[in-house]
Amino acid sequence: MTAGRGGAGGRLPDAYFAPGTSSFTDFIAAHAPSLLPSRRPLPPSMTLEAPHGTTIVAVAYEGGVVMAGDRRATMGNLIANRDMEKVFIADEYSAAGIAGTAGIAIEIVRLFQVELEHYEKIEGALMSLEGKANRLASMIRGNLGMAMQGLSVVPLFAGFDLDERRGRIFSYDVTGGCYEEHDHHCVGSGSLFARGSLKKLWRPGLDAEHAVAVALESLYDAADDDSATGGPDPARRIWPTVALLDSEGARFVETAAVGDAVDRIIAGRQGNPGGAR
Amino acid sequence: MTQMPFYVSPEQLMKDRADFARKGIARGRSVVVLGYDGGIAFVAENPSRALHKVSEIYDRIAFAAVGKYNEFENLRVAGVRYADLRGYSYDRTDVSARGLANAYAQTLGTIFTQESKPLEVEIVVAEVGSTAATDQIYRLMYDGSVADQEGFVAMGGAGDSIEEALTERWHPGLSLSEALGLAVELLGRDPAGNGADRQLGPDQLEVAVLDRQRPRRTFRRISGSLLDALLSTDDPMTDAPTVDEAATPRHASSNPQTQRADDESGA
Repeated sequence: MTAGRGGAGGRLPDAYFAPGTSSFTDFIAAHAPSLLPSRRPLPPSMTLEAPHGTTIVAVAYEGGVVMAGDRRATMGNLIANRDMEKVFIADEYSAAGIAGTAGIAIEIVRLFQVELEHYEKIEGALMSLEGKANRLASMIRGNLGMAMQGLSVVPLFAGFDLDERRGRIFSYDVTGGCYEEHDHHCVGSGSLFARGSLKKLWRPGLDAEHAVAVALESLYDAADDDSATGGPDPARRIWPTVALLDSEGARFVETAAVGDAVDRIIAGRQGNPGGAR
Repeated sequence: MTQMPFYVSPEQLMKDRADFARKGIARGRSVVVLGYDGGIAFVAENPSRALHKVSEIYDRIAFAAVGKYNEFENLRVAGVRYADLRGYSYDRTDVSARGLANAYAQTLGTIFTQESKPLEVEIVVAEVGSTAATDQIYRLMYDGSVADQEGFVAMGGAGDSIEEALTERWHPGLSLSEALGLAVELLGRDPAGNGADRQLGPDQLEVAVLDRQRPRRTFRRISGSLLDALLSTDDPMTDAPTVDEAATPRHASSNPQTQRADDESGA
Protein backbone atom coordinates (compact mmCIF):
# COMPACT_ATOMS: atom_id res chain seq x y z
CA MET A 1 0.00 0.00 0.00
CA THR A 2 1.14 3.50 -0.68
CA ALA A 3 -0.28 4.64 2.58
CA GLY A 4 1.31 2.16 4.93
CA ARG A 5 4.81 1.84 6.22
CA GLY A 6 4.90 -1.92 6.05
CA GLY A 7 6.20 -3.94 8.95
CA ALA A 8 8.66 -6.79 8.60
CA GLY A 9 7.56 -9.29 5.98
CA GLY A 10 4.08 -7.89 5.38
CA ARG A 11 3.14 -7.89 9.02
CA LEU A 12 0.72 -5.12 9.97
CA PRO A 13 2.70 -2.19 11.40
CA ASP A 14 2.58 -1.45 15.13
CA ALA A 15 0.38 1.62 14.62
CA TYR A 16 -2.49 -0.73 13.71
CA PHE A 17 -2.30 -2.28 17.16
CA ALA A 18 -1.92 0.94 19.14
CA PRO A 19 -4.69 0.96 21.74
CA GLY A 20 -6.70 3.92 22.93
CA THR A 21 -8.25 5.62 19.92
CA SER A 22 -11.46 4.99 18.03
CA SER A 23 -10.73 7.85 15.65
CA PHE A 24 -9.69 7.16 12.08
CA THR A 25 -8.25 10.67 11.83
CA ASP A 26 -6.02 10.12 14.86
CA PHE A 27 -4.91 6.80 13.41
CA ILE A 28 -3.86 8.21 10.04
CA ALA A 29 -2.37 11.31 11.68
CA ALA A 30 0.05 8.94 13.40
CA HIS A 31 0.47 6.42 10.62
CA ALA A 32 -0.07 8.12 7.25
CA PRO A 33 -0.24 11.89 7.86
CA SER A 34 0.03 12.69 4.16
CA LEU A 35 -3.57 11.47 3.80
CA LEU A 36 -4.91 14.20 6.09
CA PRO A 37 -6.13 17.33 4.31
CA SER A 38 -4.74 19.48 7.12
CA ARG A 39 -1.23 18.04 7.17
CA ARG A 40 0.07 19.24 3.84
CA PRO A 41 2.78 21.87 3.62
CA LEU A 42 1.52 25.07 2.02
CA PRO A 43 3.46 27.29 -0.35
CA PRO A 44 4.05 30.65 1.33
CA SER A 45 1.35 33.23 0.70
CA MET A 46 -0.10 32.89 -2.71
CA THR A 47 -3.64 32.43 -3.87
CA LEU A 48 -4.90 30.14 -6.54
CA GLU A 49 -8.19 29.66 -8.25
CA ALA A 50 -10.07 26.42 -7.62
CA PRO A 51 -13.71 25.41 -8.04
CA HIS A 52 -16.04 26.74 -5.37
CA GLY A 53 -19.27 25.21 -4.23
CA THR A 54 -22.08 27.57 -3.44
CA THR A 55 -25.43 27.40 -1.66
CA ILE A 56 -26.65 24.82 0.87
CA VAL A 57 -29.85 25.14 2.90
CA ALA A 58 -31.20 23.12 5.81
CA VAL A 59 -34.82 23.26 6.97
CA ALA A 60 -36.12 21.63 10.14
CA TYR A 61 -39.60 20.15 10.14
CA GLU A 62 -41.78 18.14 12.48
CA GLY A 63 -39.73 14.99 13.13
CA GLY A 64 -36.69 15.67 10.99
CA VAL A 65 -34.64 17.99 8.84
CA VAL A 66 -34.18 18.53 5.08
CA MET A 67 -30.85 19.48 3.55
CA ALA A 68 -30.65 20.69 -0.02
CA GLY A 69 -27.94 22.14 -2.23
CA ASP A 70 -27.65 23.51 -5.72
CA ARG A 71 -25.42 21.73 -8.24
CA ARG A 72 -23.12 24.46 -9.47
CA ALA A 73 -19.39 24.91 -8.84
CA THR A 74 -17.77 28.11 -10.06
CA MET A 75 -14.19 29.16 -10.74
CA GLY A 76 -14.01 32.91 -10.98
CA ASN A 77 -16.54 33.93 -13.56
CA LEU A 78 -16.73 30.46 -15.09
CA ILE A 79 -19.01 27.57 -14.25
CA ALA A 80 -16.59 24.80 -13.34
CA ASN A 81 -19.21 22.08 -12.92
CA ARG A 82 -22.95 22.12 -13.40
CA ASP A 83 -23.93 18.82 -11.79
CA MET A 84 -21.70 18.54 -8.76
CA GLU A 85 -23.24 16.94 -5.66
CA LYS A 86 -22.60 19.06 -2.60
CA VAL A 87 -24.88 17.39 -0.07
CA PHE A 88 -23.43 14.18 1.33
CA ILE A 89 -24.95 11.62 3.63
CA ALA A 90 -22.39 11.26 6.39
CA ASP A 91 -23.84 8.24 8.15
CA GLU A 92 -27.21 6.67 8.90
CA TYR A 93 -28.62 9.70 10.66
CA SER A 94 -26.68 12.72 9.44
CA ALA A 95 -25.69 14.65 6.35
CA ALA A 96 -23.19 17.37 5.53
CA GLY A 97 -23.46 20.02 2.85
CA ILE A 98 -20.43 21.97 1.73
CA ALA A 99 -19.70 25.47 0.52
CA GLY A 100 -16.25 26.73 -0.33
CA THR A 101 -13.29 25.14 -2.11
CA ALA A 102 -14.81 22.00 -3.58
CA GLY A 103 -11.73 19.78 -3.72
CA ILE A 104 -10.81 20.26 -0.08
CA ALA A 105 -14.42 20.17 1.06
CA ILE A 106 -15.10 16.84 -0.62
CA GLU A 107 -11.93 15.39 0.86
CA ILE A 108 -12.98 16.56 4.32
CA VAL A 109 -16.44 15.02 3.86
CA ARG A 110 -14.95 11.70 2.75
CA LEU A 111 -12.68 11.66 5.78
CA PHE A 112 -15.64 12.59 7.98
CA GLN A 113 -17.71 9.70 6.57
CA VAL A 114 -14.94 7.20 7.26
CA GLU A 115 -14.40 8.73 10.70
CA LEU A 116 -18.02 8.13 11.71
CA GLU A 117 -18.19 4.60 10.33
CA HIS A 118 -14.80 3.72 11.84
CA TYR A 119 -15.94 4.88 15.27
CA GLU A 120 -19.18 2.93 14.92
CA LYS A 121 -17.35 -0.28 14.01
CA ILE A 122 -14.71 -0.03 16.71
CA GLU A 123 -16.99 1.13 19.53
CA GLY A 124 -20.01 -0.90 18.44
CA ALA A 125 -22.19 2.19 18.95
CA LEU A 126 -23.23 5.27 17.01
CA MET A 127 -21.54 8.54 17.92
CA SER A 128 -23.86 11.14 19.47
CA LEU A 129 -25.00 13.92 17.15
CA GLU A 130 -22.99 16.54 19.07
CA GLY A 131 -20.00 14.22 18.86
CA LYS A 132 -20.31 14.13 15.09
CA ALA A 133 -20.74 17.91 14.89
CA ASN A 134 -17.61 18.39 17.00
CA ARG A 135 -15.55 15.95 14.93
CA LEU A 136 -16.44 17.94 11.82
CA ALA A 137 -15.53 21.16 13.64
CA SER A 138 -12.05 19.85 14.41
CA MET A 139 -11.54 18.96 10.74
CA ILE A 140 -12.55 22.47 9.66
CA ARG A 141 -10.23 23.90 12.31
CA GLY A 142 -7.39 21.88 10.82
CA ASN A 143 -8.01 23.61 7.52
CA LEU A 144 -7.47 27.13 8.91
CA GLY A 145 -4.07 27.51 7.27
CA MET A 146 -5.53 26.88 3.86
CA ALA A 147 -8.56 29.03 4.61
CA MET A 148 -6.19 31.95 5.18
CA GLN A 149 -4.89 31.45 1.65
CA GLY A 150 -8.36 31.61 0.22
CA LEU A 151 -9.13 27.87 0.25
CA SER A 152 -11.79 27.96 2.90
CA VAL A 153 -14.43 25.31 3.53
CA VAL A 154 -17.67 26.07 5.34
CA PRO A 155 -19.95 23.08 5.86
CA LEU A 156 -23.48 22.83 7.10
CA PHE A 157 -24.22 19.77 9.20
CA ALA A 158 -27.64 18.33 10.00
CA GLY A 159 -28.83 15.14 11.59
CA PHE A 160 -31.57 13.37 13.42
CA ASP A 161 -30.87 13.25 17.14
CA LEU A 162 -31.84 9.77 18.35
CA ASP A 163 -31.91 10.85 22.00
CA GLU A 164 -34.01 13.97 21.54
CA ARG A 165 -36.01 12.54 18.60
CA ARG A 166 -35.74 15.67 16.44
CA GLY A 167 -33.75 17.07 13.56
CA ARG A 168 -30.90 19.44 14.43
CA ILE A 169 -28.77 21.82 12.36
CA PHE A 170 -25.18 22.92 13.03
CA SER A 171 -23.31 25.70 11.26
CA TYR A 172 -19.57 26.40 11.21
CA ASP A 173 -17.14 29.20 10.60
CA VAL A 174 -13.68 28.91 9.01
CA THR A 175 -11.96 28.75 12.40
CA GLY A 176 -13.89 25.62 13.32
CA GLY A 177 -16.52 27.29 15.47
CA CYS A 178 -19.60 25.09 15.65
CA TYR A 179 -23.01 26.63 16.38
CA GLU A 180 -26.37 25.00 16.68
CA GLU A 181 -29.01 26.69 14.50
CA HIS A 182 -32.74 26.60 15.01
CA ASP A 183 -35.47 26.11 12.41
CA HIS A 184 -33.36 26.73 9.30
CA HIS A 185 -29.97 27.84 8.11
CA CYS A 186 -27.97 28.27 4.92
CA VAL A 187 -24.35 28.72 3.85
CA GLY A 188 -22.55 29.75 0.68
CA SER A 189 -22.60 32.69 -1.68
CA GLY A 190 -26.35 32.56 -2.25
CA SER A 191 -27.16 32.20 1.43
CA LEU A 192 -28.13 35.85 1.81
CA PHE A 193 -31.01 35.45 -0.61
CA ALA A 194 -31.90 31.94 0.53
CA ARG A 195 -32.11 33.14 4.11
CA GLY A 196 -34.59 35.86 3.25
CA SER A 197 -36.71 33.32 1.47
CA LEU A 198 -36.51 30.82 4.34
CA LYS A 199 -37.50 33.47 6.86
CA LYS A 200 -40.67 34.25 4.97
CA LEU A 201 -41.66 30.69 4.08
CA TRP A 202 -40.69 28.64 7.12
CA ARG A 203 -43.40 27.86 9.66
CA PRO A 204 -43.41 25.70 12.78
CA GLY A 205 -44.89 22.24 12.27
CA LEU A 206 -44.01 21.83 8.58
CA ASP A 207 -44.23 18.29 7.23
CA ALA A 208 -41.47 16.72 5.14
CA GLU A 209 -43.05 17.48 1.77
CA HIS A 210 -43.58 21.17 2.58
CA ALA A 211 -40.10 21.45 4.07
CA VAL A 212 -38.65 20.15 0.78
CA ALA A 213 -40.74 22.72 -1.10
CA VAL A 214 -39.51 25.52 1.19
CA ALA A 215 -35.89 24.43 0.68
CA LEU A 216 -36.29 24.32 -3.11
CA GLU A 217 -37.99 27.75 -3.16
CA SER A 218 -35.11 29.23 -1.19
CA LEU A 219 -32.55 27.72 -3.57
CA TYR A 220 -34.51 29.13 -6.50
CA ASP A 221 -34.41 32.57 -4.89
CA ALA A 222 -30.68 32.22 -4.26
CA ALA A 223 -30.05 31.28 -7.89
CA ASP A 224 -32.26 34.17 -8.98
CA ASP A 225 -29.92 36.77 -7.50
CA ASP A 226 -26.56 35.03 -7.04
CA SER A 227 -24.68 34.16 -10.23
CA ALA A 228 -22.65 31.46 -8.48
CA THR A 229 -25.72 29.46 -7.43
CA GLY A 230 -27.17 27.17 -10.06
CA GLY A 231 -30.89 27.23 -10.65
CA PRO A 232 -32.85 24.18 -11.77
CA ASP A 233 -31.86 23.13 -15.29
CA PRO A 234 -34.97 21.69 -16.99
CA ALA A 235 -33.14 21.13 -20.29
CA ARG A 236 -30.57 18.81 -18.73
CA ARG A 237 -32.91 17.61 -15.98
CA ILE A 238 -30.45 18.74 -13.30
CA TRP A 239 -32.19 19.39 -10.00
CA PRO A 240 -30.91 20.32 -6.55
CA THR A 241 -29.71 17.48 -4.30
CA VAL A 242 -32.20 16.95 -1.46
CA ALA A 243 -31.58 14.75 1.58
CA LEU A 244 -34.15 13.88 4.24
CA LEU A 245 -33.06 13.04 7.79
CA ASP A 246 -35.62 11.64 10.20
CA SER A 247 -36.24 8.67 12.48
CA GLU A 248 -36.06 6.38 9.44
CA GLY A 249 -32.50 7.53 8.76
CA ALA A 250 -30.79 9.63 6.14
CA ARG A 251 -31.69 9.27 2.48
CA PHE A 252 -31.86 11.24 -0.73
CA VAL A 253 -35.19 12.24 -2.17
CA GLU A 254 -35.59 10.46 -5.53
CA THR A 255 -34.48 12.53 -8.48
CA ALA A 256 -37.90 12.18 -10.12
CA ALA A 257 -39.69 13.47 -7.01
CA VAL A 258 -37.36 16.48 -6.80
CA GLY A 259 -37.99 17.10 -10.52
CA ASP A 260 -41.75 17.14 -9.93
CA ALA A 261 -41.41 19.53 -6.99
CA VAL A 262 -39.17 21.84 -9.05
CA ASP A 263 -41.60 21.73 -11.97
CA ARG A 264 -44.36 22.87 -9.61
CA ILE A 265 -42.20 25.77 -8.40
CA ILE A 266 -41.36 26.85 -11.96
CA ALA A 267 -45.03 26.64 -12.92
CA GLY A 268 -46.01 28.64 -9.85
CA ARG A 269 -43.58 31.39 -10.82
CA GLN A 270 -44.99 31.95 -14.30
CA GLY A 271 -46.10 35.56 -14.16
CA ASN A 272 -45.26 35.58 -10.44
CA PRO A 273 -41.43 35.77 -10.33
CA GLY A 274 -41.38 36.32 -6.56
CA GLY A 275 -42.59 32.76 -6.00
CA ALA A 276 -44.53 31.36 -3.10
CA ARG A 277 -45.30 33.61 -0.19
CA MET B 1 13.68 -16.24 24.38
CA THR B 2 16.91 -15.33 22.62
CA GLN B 3 19.12 -16.78 25.34
CA MET B 4 18.37 -20.44 25.89
CA PRO B 5 20.03 -22.19 28.78
CA PHE B 6 20.02 -25.49 26.90
CA TYR B 7 19.72 -26.45 23.29
CA VAL B 8 16.12 -26.94 22.19
CA SER B 9 15.52 -28.25 18.72
CA PRO B 10 13.41 -25.99 16.45
CA GLU B 11 10.90 -28.82 16.06
CA GLN B 12 10.44 -29.03 19.81
CA LEU B 13 10.24 -25.25 20.18
CA MET B 14 7.52 -24.91 17.54
CA LYS B 15 5.63 -27.88 18.91
CA ASP B 16 5.66 -26.45 22.42
CA ARG B 17 4.35 -23.13 21.18
CA ALA B 18 1.67 -24.76 19.07
CA ASP B 19 0.56 -26.90 22.02
CA PHE B 20 0.44 -23.83 24.22
CA ALA B 21 -1.69 -21.89 21.72
CA ARG B 22 -3.96 -24.83 21.02
CA LYS B 23 -4.61 -25.39 24.71
CA GLY B 24 -5.56 -21.75 25.18
CA ILE B 25 -7.96 -21.85 22.22
CA ALA B 26 -9.55 -25.14 23.29
CA ARG B 27 -10.60 -23.63 26.63
CA GLY B 28 -13.02 -21.22 24.96
CA ARG B 29 -16.55 -21.71 23.69
CA SER B 30 -16.99 -22.40 19.99
CA VAL B 31 -17.96 -20.27 17.01
CA VAL B 32 -19.58 -21.57 13.82
CA VAL B 33 -19.45 -19.71 10.50
CA LEU B 34 -21.58 -21.15 7.73
CA GLY B 35 -22.98 -20.13 4.37
CA TYR B 36 -26.72 -19.98 3.71
CA ASP B 37 -28.66 -19.10 0.58
CA GLY B 38 -28.73 -15.35 1.33
CA GLY B 39 -25.22 -14.86 2.69
CA ILE B 40 -22.94 -16.01 5.51
CA ALA B 41 -24.08 -16.59 9.11
CA PHE B 42 -21.95 -16.33 12.25
CA VAL B 43 -23.10 -18.11 15.40
CA ALA B 44 -21.16 -17.93 18.66
CA GLU B 45 -21.95 -19.17 22.11
CA ASN B 46 -21.43 -15.94 23.98
CA PRO B 47 -23.55 -14.81 26.93
CA SER B 48 -22.06 -11.30 26.83
CA ARG B 49 -23.96 -8.57 24.99
CA ALA B 50 -20.96 -6.24 24.89
CA LEU B 51 -17.83 -8.35 24.36
CA HIS B 52 -18.35 -9.53 20.83
CA LYS B 53 -16.76 -12.50 19.10
CA VAL B 54 -18.25 -11.54 15.75
CA SER B 55 -17.85 -8.08 14.22
CA GLU B 56 -18.10 -5.99 11.11
CA ILE B 57 -14.87 -5.13 9.31
CA TYR B 58 -16.09 -3.52 6.09
CA ASP B 59 -18.99 -3.36 3.67
CA ARG B 60 -18.95 -7.06 2.79
CA ILE B 61 -16.39 -8.41 5.26
CA ALA B 62 -16.83 -9.71 8.79
CA PHE B 63 -14.59 -11.16 11.47
CA ALA B 64 -15.13 -13.96 13.98
CA ALA B 65 -12.68 -15.21 16.58
CA VAL B 66 -12.14 -17.59 19.47
CA GLY B 67 -9.43 -17.57 22.12
CA LYS B 68 -8.17 -14.75 24.32
CA TYR B 69 -10.44 -11.72 24.09
CA ASN B 70 -7.77 -9.04 24.43
CA GLU B 71 -5.69 -10.62 21.69
CA PHE B 72 -8.41 -11.04 19.09
CA GLU B 73 -9.95 -7.67 19.93
CA ASN B 74 -6.59 -6.12 19.10
CA LEU B 75 -6.55 -7.99 15.79
CA ARG B 76 -10.10 -6.90 15.04
CA VAL B 77 -9.29 -3.22 15.57
CA ALA B 78 -6.22 -3.60 13.37
CA GLY B 79 -8.43 -5.17 10.70
CA VAL B 80 -10.93 -2.30 10.80
CA ARG B 81 -8.04 0.16 10.52
CA TYR B 82 -6.53 -1.78 7.63
CA ALA B 83 -9.84 -1.89 5.75
CA ASP B 84 -10.82 1.72 6.38
CA LEU B 85 -7.37 3.02 5.43
CA ARG B 86 -7.37 0.98 2.26
CA GLY B 87 -10.90 2.03 1.35
CA TYR B 88 -10.08 5.66 2.06
CA SER B 89 -6.86 5.80 0.06
CA TYR B 90 -8.16 3.67 -2.85
CA ASP B 91 -11.86 2.90 -3.19
CA ARG B 92 -14.40 0.96 -1.18
CA THR B 93 -14.44 -1.81 -3.79
CA ASP B 94 -10.67 -2.31 -3.39
CA VAL B 95 -10.99 -3.77 0.11
CA SER B 96 -10.98 -7.56 -0.01
CA ALA B 97 -11.08 -10.37 2.52
CA ARG B 98 -8.12 -11.97 0.77
CA GLY B 99 -5.92 -8.92 1.38
CA LEU B 100 -6.98 -8.75 5.01
CA ALA B 101 -6.45 -12.50 5.51
CA ASN B 102 -2.92 -12.14 4.12
CA ALA B 103 -2.13 -9.25 6.44
CA TYR B 104 -3.45 -11.24 9.42
CA ALA B 105 -1.52 -14.35 8.34
CA GLN B 106 1.75 -12.40 8.15
CA THR B 107 1.08 -10.83 11.53
CA LEU B 108 0.14 -14.08 13.27
CA GLY B 109 3.07 -15.92 11.65
CA THR B 110 5.62 -13.31 12.70
CA ILE B 111 4.31 -13.24 16.26
CA PHE B 112 4.31 -17.07 16.41
CA THR B 113 7.97 -17.37 15.46
CA GLN B 114 9.47 -14.20 16.89
CA GLU B 115 7.69 -13.22 20.07
CA SER B 116 7.96 -14.97 23.39
CA LYS B 117 4.31 -16.04 23.37
CA PRO B 118 2.15 -16.96 20.36
CA LEU B 119 -1.34 -15.45 20.14
CA GLU B 120 -3.94 -17.83 21.53
CA VAL B 121 -6.51 -17.06 18.85
CA GLU B 122 -8.11 -18.54 15.84
CA ILE B 123 -9.98 -16.25 13.48
CA VAL B 124 -12.23 -16.28 10.45
CA VAL B 125 -12.37 -13.52 7.86
CA ALA B 126 -15.39 -13.89 5.57
CA GLU B 127 -16.54 -11.89 2.59
CA VAL B 128 -19.99 -12.22 1.06
CA GLY B 129 -20.03 -12.18 -2.73
CA SER B 130 -22.77 -11.38 -5.20
CA THR B 131 -23.61 -15.10 -5.42
CA ALA B 132 -23.05 -18.01 -3.04
CA ALA B 133 -20.31 -19.30 -5.36
CA THR B 134 -18.24 -16.15 -4.82
CA ASP B 135 -18.47 -16.14 -1.01
CA GLN B 136 -15.07 -16.42 0.65
CA ILE B 137 -14.32 -17.81 4.10
CA TYR B 138 -10.71 -17.75 5.33
CA ARG B 139 -9.66 -19.47 8.50
CA LEU B 140 -6.47 -18.28 10.19
CA MET B 141 -4.62 -20.28 12.84
CA TYR B 142 -2.44 -19.05 15.70
CA ASP B 143 0.71 -19.79 13.65
CA GLY B 144 -0.38 -17.77 10.62
CA SER B 145 -1.49 -20.65 8.46
CA VAL B 146 -4.47 -19.80 6.24
CA ALA B 147 -7.13 -22.10 4.86
CA ASP B 148 -9.69 -21.11 2.25
CA GLN B 149 -12.79 -22.91 3.50
CA GLU B 150 -15.72 -24.05 1.44
CA GLY B 151 -19.08 -23.39 3.04
CA PHE B 152 -18.42 -23.60 6.78
CA VAL B 153 -15.90 -23.34 9.62
CA ALA B 154 -16.11 -24.29 13.29
CA MET B 155 -13.51 -23.05 15.76
CA GLY B 156 -12.89 -23.27 19.50
CA GLY B 157 -13.09 -26.01 22.10
CA ALA B 158 -15.54 -28.26 20.26
CA GLY B 159 -14.47 -27.10 16.79
CA ASP B 160 -13.31 -30.45 15.47
CA SER B 161 -16.42 -32.41 16.42
CA ILE B 162 -18.74 -29.65 15.13
CA GLU B 163 -16.83 -29.49 11.86
CA GLU B 164 -17.19 -33.26 11.48
CA ALA B 165 -20.96 -33.01 11.92
CA LEU B 166 -21.14 -30.06 9.51
CA THR B 167 -19.31 -32.07 6.84
CA GLU B 168 -22.21 -34.50 6.95
CA ARG B 169 -25.13 -32.16 7.39
CA TRP B 170 -24.29 -28.81 5.78
CA HIS B 171 -25.15 -28.33 2.13
CA PRO B 172 -25.34 -25.26 -0.09
CA GLY B 173 -28.68 -23.45 -0.25
CA LEU B 174 -29.77 -23.81 3.40
CA SER B 175 -32.20 -21.11 4.49
CA LEU B 176 -31.08 -18.81 7.32
CA SER B 177 -33.32 -20.50 9.89
CA GLU B 178 -32.07 -23.96 8.86
CA ALA B 179 -28.45 -22.79 9.04
CA LEU B 180 -28.95 -21.19 12.45
CA GLY B 181 -30.84 -24.23 13.75
CA LEU B 182 -28.04 -26.53 12.64
CA ALA B 183 -25.32 -24.32 14.14
CA VAL B 184 -27.14 -23.92 17.46
CA GLU B 185 -27.81 -27.66 17.74
CA LEU B 186 -24.15 -28.50 17.11
CA LEU B 187 -22.89 -25.80 19.51
CA GLY B 188 -25.06 -27.35 22.24
CA ARG B 189 -23.66 -30.82 21.75
CA ASP B 190 -21.34 -32.22 24.36
CA PRO B 191 -17.94 -32.50 22.65
CA ALA B 192 -16.99 -35.59 24.66
CA GLY B 193 -20.12 -37.30 23.37
CA ASN B 194 -21.21 -38.81 26.67
CA GLY B 195 -23.11 -36.00 28.38
CA ALA B 196 -26.56 -34.70 27.54
CA ASP B 197 -26.91 -32.09 24.81
CA ARG B 198 -27.57 -28.55 25.96
CA GLN B 199 -30.37 -26.44 24.52
CA LEU B 200 -28.85 -22.99 23.84
CA GLY B 201 -31.32 -20.11 24.11
CA PRO B 202 -31.13 -16.81 22.22
CA ASP B 203 -29.65 -15.04 25.27
CA GLN B 204 -26.62 -17.35 25.22
CA LEU B 205 -25.96 -16.74 21.53
CA GLU B 206 -24.29 -14.06 19.50
CA VAL B 207 -25.63 -14.21 15.94
CA ALA B 208 -24.77 -12.02 12.95
CA VAL B 209 -25.04 -12.30 9.18
CA LEU B 210 -23.48 -10.86 6.07
CA ASP B 211 -26.68 -10.45 4.06
CA ARG B 212 -26.06 -10.49 0.31
CA GLN B 213 -29.19 -8.40 -0.39
CA ARG B 214 -28.49 -5.48 1.88
CA PRO B 215 -27.23 -2.27 0.30
CA ARG B 216 -23.60 -1.34 0.98
CA ARG B 217 -22.90 -2.43 4.58
CA THR B 218 -24.10 -6.04 4.57
CA PHE B 219 -23.24 -6.90 8.18
CA ARG B 220 -26.09 -7.19 10.58
CA ARG B 221 -26.51 -8.50 14.12
CA ILE B 222 -29.53 -10.66 14.80
CA SER B 223 -30.94 -10.73 18.30
CA GLY B 224 -34.11 -10.39 20.31
CA SER B 225 -37.44 -11.34 18.79
CA LEU B 226 -36.03 -11.79 15.28
CA LEU B 227 -33.57 -14.41 16.57
CA ASP B 228 -36.36 -16.09 18.55
CA ALA B 229 -38.48 -16.32 15.40
CA LEU B 230 -35.63 -17.66 13.28
CA LEU B 231 -34.68 -20.32 15.83
CA SER B 232 -38.20 -21.41 16.61
CA THR B 233 -39.14 -24.54 14.69
CA ASP B 234 -42.84 -23.70 14.44
CA ASP B 235 -42.38 -20.09 13.26
CA PRO B 236 -42.68 -19.74 9.48
CA MET B 237 -39.95 -17.07 9.32
CA THR B 238 -36.92 -18.47 7.43
CA ASP B 239 -34.97 -15.36 6.48
CA ALA B 240 -34.25 -12.00 8.06
CA PRO B 241 -36.08 -9.15 6.34
CA THR B 242 -33.71 -7.07 4.24
CA VAL B 243 -35.39 -3.93 5.51
CA ASP B 244 -34.85 -3.38 9.21
CA GLU B 245 -37.59 -2.78 11.67
CA ALA B 246 -36.90 0.76 12.94
CA ALA B 247 -33.69 -0.09 14.83
CA THR B 248 -30.97 0.67 12.29
CA PRO B 249 -32.16 1.84 8.89
CA ARG B 250 -29.63 1.66 6.15
CA HIS B 251 -30.49 3.10 2.81
CA ALA B 252 -28.76 2.35 -0.44
CA SER B 253 -27.99 6.02 -0.82
CA SER B 254 -25.69 6.00 2.19
CA ASN B 255 -22.80 4.86 0.01
CA PRO B 256 -20.31 7.68 0.55
CA GLN B 257 -18.50 7.27 -2.72
CA THR B 258 -21.27 6.74 -5.20
CA GLN B 259 -23.88 8.45 -3.00
CA ARG B 260 -26.61 6.54 -4.81
CA ALA B 261 -27.89 3.02 -5.26
CA ASP B 262 -26.46 1.19 -8.24
CA ASP B 263 -29.63 1.54 -10.29
CA GLU B 264 -29.82 5.30 -10.02
CA SER B 265 -27.28 7.28 -12.01
CA GLY B 266 -27.28 10.23 -9.64
CA ALA B 267 -27.63 12.77 -12.41
